[in-house]
Amino acid sequence: MVTVRPSLAEIWGWLDQIPDPEIPAISLVDLGIVRDIAWQGDTLTVTVTPTYSGCPATSVINLDIAAALRVRGIENLTLKRQLSPAWTTDWISPAGRAKLEAYGIAPPEPAGGPKRCPRCGATRLKRISQFGSTPCKAQWQCRDCHEPFDYFKCI
Amino acid sequence: MERDAALFEYLLRLGDSTLILGQRVSEWCGHAPVLEEDIALANTALDLIGQTQLWLGLAGTVEGKGRDADRLAFHRDAWEFRNLLICERPNGDFGHTMMRQFLFDAYQSVLLGWLRGAAEPRVAEIAEKAAKEVAYHVERSGDTVIGLGDGTDESHARMQAALDALWPWVGEMFTGDAVEATLAAAGIAPDPADLRPEWDAIVRRVLGAATLTVPDSRFAHQGGKTGRMHTEELGHLLARMQWLQRAYPDATW
Repeated sequence: MVTVRPSLAEIWGWLDQIPDPEIPAISLVDLGIVRDIAWQGDTLTVTVTPTYSGCPATSVINLDIAAALRVRGIENLTLKRQLSPAWTTDWISPAGRAKLEAYGIAPPEPAGGPKRCPRCGATRLKRISQFGSTPCKAQWQCRDCHEPFDYFKCI
Repeated sequence: MERDAALFEYLLRLGDSTLILGQRVSEWCGHAPVLEEDIALANTALDLIGQTQLWLGLAGTVEGKGRDADRLAFHRDAWEFRNLLICERPNGDFGHTMMRQFLFDAYQSVLLGWLRGAAEPRVAEIAEKAAKEVAYHVERSGDTVIGLGDGTDESHARMQAALDALWPWVGEMFTGDAVEATLAAAGIAPDPADLRPEWDAIVRRVLGAATLTVPDSRFAHQGGKTGRMHTEELGHLLARMQWLQRAYPDATW
């Protein structure tokens, strides 16, 4: 049992250590899907928004959050699903964008396509497919180094 | 008609249409002409199934009899389904599937655009979420219809045949009954007929660019969303989709 309630800043820090199950290079907080955390008495409410409505990672994400908080002594936990406002890639943190690119996934751009190849940095690119290995990605290819790469769709 | 009864029926219409089309599209998994298209179809199906969970989940809440999305999806038989008939039509070839997808995506994009402003916030928030996914679907299916329609003689002929075969199934999208009338009066759903001009504009622009001829006929097969008369194919689809829950009721993963 927790005798002293951990601070919200501390909890945000813990959540920031939970990797996204599909893209472990970034955390759930980097991804922008943890919308709020709040104490109500001795119960912690974590508000999470789904990326895509059918994303199979959603249930794993909830399990991961519950497990990570439980080992730190938070027993009374409510996970709240929030649909509106709908998740947007604008909520991916600057740190998250940098981690995506370092991992080989071009971060989302409002222009609708990647800015540069995440491997060689070239800007001559072509789209292979509007969809990729997960609902949130598309497939692109670099015309310079010829490597195919994932692009995080901008929504 | 009482408001919540109408809302439950309406949510079944939305959720059953995305469920049955999602199941149909997922039949392509491992069979599409190229890997990229295979992945794209699977992703589209996944979005549709995800939207189904939201629509049918809310339907169960509104009904208040303890049925969740899974129960509604797996424990009803054909005559209890309220999907549009076009969603249960067989896949045909890849072009036929993409034509059906485009006609439905265009409909869904117009419908969800309306529902985002619905006077029932639980409906509006699902529509807001789904609209983002559908904007992507209609861009892709529209591009594919143009690419294949304005392609080779063979692909053009197949796309025209698909359009001709599917056209009698689009009219049901724009017919309404007491369910929609009740909800339209409450500001929760549109009169389906009001969606047609915007749909026509999208469809005619894409089909024009695809060099395809829009059929003249306004004949419309009906009976899917009222549940009065589904086509034979729905039963076969449900037999595959539901067999595990039928054989092992309430089994969990």
